[in-house]
Order: sequence, then C-alpha cells, then structure tokens
Amino acid sequence: MKGQIFARVLRFFQKYAPSITLAVGVLVFWEVVVTVFAIQQFLLPKPSAILTEYLNELRLFLDPAGASLLFEASGATLREAIGGFVIGCGSGIGIALLTARWTAVNQALMPFAIAANSVPIIAFAPIMNNWFGITNPFSKMAIVSIIVFFPTMINTVRGLTLIDPNQLELMHSYAASPMRIMRDLRIPNALPYIFSALRIASSLSVVGAIVGEFFGGPLWATLGDFITQEASRFNFARAWSAIIMASLIGLSMYFVVLALERWLMPWHVSFRTDSS
Amino acid sequence: MSETKCEPVIQVDRVHKVFNPESENRVVALSDFTLAVERGEFISLIGPSGCGKSTLLRLMADLLTLQEGELKINGKLPAEARLDRDYGFVFQAATLYDWRTVSKNVQLPLEIMKYPKAEREARARELLALVELEGFEKHYPWQLSGGMQQRVAIARALVFEPTLLLMDEPFGALDEFTRERMNMELMRIWEQKDLTVIFVTHSIPEAVFLSTRIVVMSARPGRIIKIVKNEVEYPRVFASRKTQQYYETVNEVREALASAHSYEI
Repeated sequence: MKGQIFARVLRFFQKYAPSITLAVGVLVFWEVVVTVFAIQQFLLPKPSAILTEYLNELRLFLDPAGASLLFEASGATLREAIGGFVIGCGSGIGIALLTARWTAVNQALMPFAIAANSVPIIAFAPIMNNWFGITNPFSKMAIVSIIVFFPTMINTVRGLTLIDPNQLELMHSYAASPMRIMRDLRIPNALPYIFSALRIASSLSVVGAIVGEFFGGPLWATLGDFITQEASRFNFARAWSAIIMASLIGLSMYFVVLALERWLMPWHVSFRTDSS
Repeated sequence: MSETKCEPVIQVDRVHKVFNPESENRVVALSDFTLAVERGEFISLIGPSGCGKSTLLRLMADLLTLQEGELKINGKLPAEARLDRDYGFVFQAATLYDWRTVSKNVQLPLEIMKYPKAEREARARELLALVELEGFEKHYPWQLSGGMQQRVAIARALVFEPTLLLMDEPFGALDEFTRERMNMELMRIWEQKDLTVIFVTHSIPEAVFLSTRIVVMSARPGRIIKIVKNEVEYPRVFASRKTQQYYETVNEVREALASAHSYEI
C-alpha cells in the first residue's frame, strides 16, 4: 500500500517534472533579474515580496481574531463568478435543450447566438453595473452569466444536433420516441460538447467578474477593486497577491468542472487508459 | 425449410427509387425491382457501389421512403413493420453508444420497448453468450476490437427476437480473417434461430458462404442481373469453402457481375 502511494507520487513527479522545473526556473529568473537590475518594486515586485504579502494575508485569514481583506475580497469574487457561471451556463444549456425540440426556433436563434458570441460582451459591464446597482454583487453575476451564456448554448446545440446519422437511424429502427432519442442519444452525445464549453466558461467567469469589478463596486470588497486600490497606492506586491488569488480561483473552478466531467463521462476518449 | 408455403416474409414488387428527382443530380437507385423472400432464407445482395443494394435494404427498414412500387414486410407496409419492431438492423459501423457498457448497449432496444430490468439483463447475457462475448458485459465499446464490437451490434439486433435481420455490409470494415470467423458465427446463429436474413455485401466469397440465394445487381440504374441459387451443402463449415460446389458458385456470381460490366476500373 505504502509502496503504491510512493509509486503514484513518483509517477506524478515524472509526468509533471518538466512543468515544475519550468515554473521554478521562471520564478528564480524573475527574482534574480529584479534584484540584479534593481528594478523598482512598483514596476515589478520580487516573487518573494509577493509571497510575503500573500502569507501575511493567509495568516490573518487563519487567525480567528484577525481579518484578511484579500481573502474576503476573494470570497466575494468567487461567489460572483460561481453565481454567474451557474446562471449563465444553466440557462445556456436549458435554452439549448428547449430549442433543440423545435428546429425552426433553433435555426432562427442560432445566427444571433453566434453573432452575440463574437461580440466583446465585456463592454456591457458598465451597463450591467447601472442596471443592477454598482454595489450589488448581482451586477457582476449578470456580466459573468452573459459572457458564459453564448458559448455554452452554442456548444450544447451543436452537441444535440451533430449526431452520426447511423445512430439516429438505429433509434428510428426501434421506433423510439423523440423524448427517448433526446434522453438516450442527443444528451449523452452533447455531454462532451457541453463540458468543453463549461471548461472555457469556468475561466471566463473569473475574467468577467474581475473586469466587472474594475468598473466599480464596494471598496476593497472584491478582487477587482482590491487590485485597483492597491495599484493606485503603489502597493504592487499586494496587487500581485490578489492576481495570484484570481488565478487560483480560476484554476479551482476549472478543476471542479474537470472532476465533474470525469465523474459524468467516464467513458469519454480523453480519460481512456490502456488498461482494459 | 419444411414450412408450409405461406406469404413471403418480404415482397418487393416493381420498386423504383430515384434520388433528387427534380435536380440535375437525379440518380435512379433502383429500377423495376422485384423479389420475394421466403421465411428462413438468407439472401445476399451483391453488386458494385451505387447498385442500390443499400437503398433496397433501407427501403425495407423504412429508413427511406418508397416512391413507386410495392414493398411488404410480413404482409405489412415497411412503416408498420418498423413500428411493430419486426426487424433488427446491423450497420457497417457497429454504431454502439460510447457511453453505454456492452451489456447496456445490447439492452437498448429492450429499454425502448419497456422490458423489465431483470428480463433485460437476462436476455443481454443470453445474447452475449450467443455471440461468444461472455465476461465482457461491463466493458465499454472502445475496449473491444472491431470484430467484437460488431458481434455486440448483432447481439443488440437480435435481443428483442425479431424474425428478420437486415445487415448492411456488417463485416465490410473487418480484416479478412476476422470476417471469415464472423461469417461462421453468423451461419451458426442463423441455423440456431428461426431467422430470415437480408445481407448486403461487396464480397463474393462471403455471399457464397452465407446465402441460400445471391441476388447479383448492376449499377445505374440498380436492377437484378441474376439470382444465383446457392447449392453449397449444409452445414456450412470451414471446409465448405474448399468444395467444388463453392468454387463453381463463386465463379457463377463473378461471371454474372462481369457480364454487366460491373468490373469497371
């Protein structure tokens, strides 16, 4: 048992050794360059300075008596990103499922969806702030949900409709009902498409939330505003620690989606191993 | 077969099928096609690409709509026969659902027909045994070889006990050795069950090994050149391919194809 765990850890490191080496190399290079060329910290803080700020906030967060501004701001941004992700992706999948039943509605809707998907929707951020109130977290969720809605809907429609004709003929030969075809063919066929959209949406939702926050909101209460405030006060190491938090949020959402994908589609190509 | 002469299982009467009738790409897929298939027969449709053999099979299955002529399956229109689930269909690709295990793939038609769970599982087990895939119930299709996947497809087509099996080049994508093995298995299943089979193929040896009659077709327009009655003795086994009768029948089919200039290069 112990040997097995050791073997797994070893395999993990063998697999990711190049990436880990690269990351460490970049950080060391960064530290050395900033030190040797005496780059001013407001241009580029040292990784060690950022780490110090970060650990300081982490200590405050873990201390029951203390309060970490950074971690509270992260929590607010995380809630906005998740809220917007759920609303946007949920309605994207829902509308795709509804319209897949009515080809005419679907065909009327798709050109607009594809056009809307290529519009830089982030430009609507100030308008959403006006609509829902700049301090209301829902204004940020609205931005996020609009951003993730279109890719999710388009991909879901694709997955529901791009089906091997033989597989449809097979269902037809069993005189299967449209509901049955939906449940047993169209939806499972769409799952890989839906998940590739959700993976994109998971990173987009953090981008959307933070950009929305750049346009205003309660002071220091969100990562976007935290970064704006600290940067305007030349506290760049603190601003960078917030950027790290934003990356961590994006990554964790991505991994949650990935885990969900593995759980729901254990059969999919991307998870196949040689052992059968 | 010692059945009393009754209504043929399939009655094809002066069937005409044209694709894109209004456009320049108008193709006459089938022209004035007539054929009657008795219960228990194994009919191969053979001919060059574009001779309408797959079209005929799809018309029987009601996967294409009939325009001209008459076609009856068990005395019914193809659409009625489809709704009654009179036939099982096997495609060239196994067409298994990636997201279902082997057993669940075989159970699919039973689920649609609302069989209770216990019976579904029992039948799937029985059919997987018939195609010699015991122990693979919980595997996913990608874990099987092409020949094994096609055997799952055959099990799925037979699991609800249709009396008619429509097969569209089912072994066309397999290598020669696997194909010969699959031919023998299909022969064994056909002899074991009370089945009528319509089998589309490009392979003369395959058609001669399997069929009671071989319908040789020509292209543009698709029509019958010759119907070869296959006298190769039963049971058809490995050695059947080495008999004089087999050799003669292969040549007869080959000559029929050549006579219609089907060997175009």
